[in-house]
Amino acid sequence: MSRPVDAEPRPPGLRGATRVLLERELDLAWSGGGGPLLACGFFACLTAVLPLAVGGDPRTLSPVAGGIAWLALALASLLSLERLFERDLEDGALDLLALGHLPLESVVLIKALAQWIAVGLPLALTAPVAALALGLPPALVPLTALSALIGGAGFACTGTLGAALALGAKRGGLLIAVVVLPLFIPPVVFGAGALERAASGQSPAPALAFLGAYVLFAGVIAAFAGAAAVRNAQG
Amino acid sequence: MIHTLSISELTVSRGERLLFQGLDLRIQAGEAVVLTGANGAGKTSLLRTIAGLLRPDAGEVAFHDGDGNPLDERLARGRETHFLGHQDGLKISRTAREELGFQCDWLGHVQCGMDDAVQAFGLAPLLDLEVRRLSAGQRRRLAMGRLVGSPRALWLLDEPMAPLDARWRAVFADQMRRHLDADGLILAAVHDPLPLPARTLDLGGLT
Repeated sequence: MSRPVDAEPRPPGLRGATRVLLERELDLAWSGGGGPLLACGFFACLTAVLPLAVGGDPRTLSPVAGGIAWLALALASLLSLERLFERDLEDGALDLLALGHLPLESVVLIKALAQWIAVGLPLALTAPVAALALGLPPALVPLTALSALIGGAGFACTGTLGAALALGAKRGGLLIAVVVLPLFIPPVVFGAGALERAASGQSPAPALAFLGAYVLFAGVIAAFAGAAAVRNAQG
Repeated sequence: MIHTLSISELTVSRGERLLFQGLDLRIQAGEAVVLTGANGAGKTSLLRTIAGLLRPDAGEVAFHDGDGNPLDERLARGRETHFLGHQDGLKISRTAREELGFQCDWLGHVQCGMDDAVQAFGLAPLLDLEVRRLSAGQRRRLAMGRLVGSPRALWLLDEPMAPLDARWRAVFADQMRRHLDADGLILAAVHDPLPLPARTLDLGGLT
């Protein structure tokens, strides 16, 4: 039943390969100790601890509810970044990914996309609940979810880049946090800004537009710089 | 498809240490070359350089088709090169079926590629087990599945037989023979001689 080598292998095609890798990444995100649930749990803990630290007075909490939700979002988004590339490097899967039909740039973007779906999406659903509990006006709930969803894409792209840059470093998880948190400042500013504008009766559209622009920018940078960092770590 | 792999004037170093310089090698379809040398002589680095995972200091790795036309390096590596290293690239938390399926899908396969792989390396009883439950030899067989499941012309093998027992060494030797008969190319780093006719390239060694 020997098959000649020149029986042209059916390439998975760009869409096929994208789907195959995305499915694997999502599976790994869920199987690796329930990553999304962990991030949501961490997020809930942060917002639960805060009133204990600053006092439960609604007059102090309510004005800062949106901002705190965004801070907690940024921190919770850091949690599962370390496993994105580090494990693939350790077990040799990164070599396999480098020899596929898709360029490494696409691999990095697909990983970022999987990170967004696996972590950003559940967090975007948790964020309004936590913000409500802190005293956010109920009218702002849809905007909170929407801005957290867009911002989550930015966190995922920037986080993926940070994970690629920290490849091979000892205690990479801490390094990722130090590299990535400063880069999380713009989405936090824009996202919390959108909520603040909406709370004061202004249109949140400009802040959301800035948030979207950040996501696009982060996506492009993450793809190219991330792929370069991965190649460097392999060599 | 790749017909000739030619390496010219290749110099590779790791950090400060020069591994080899001015290395020339030419492998044609249907040919196997065995790479020998002491530990640390640069066998793995040479394989990784050919696979494009390592940048050489100087020299060139080129791929040509049967008519002598140069092939695009990215395509030659991304579509026609297998690299089987020390690490199997398997995720311990997933089942053997998921991992074999992913590897074959990701690398591109023919319709019955995965079935062929399962049959060739006796993987059927392992498919539903998590990779963490497999022994080193079983993991290696699972990783070898992609060589059969996703047909690619150039095989770069790094100590492929090390964890295998005598029975599966014979099976793998048979698969390598078939690959060569079908005009494949093999470059394998080994310590024990390969059980098939092959040229030897000795990288020498360190003292």
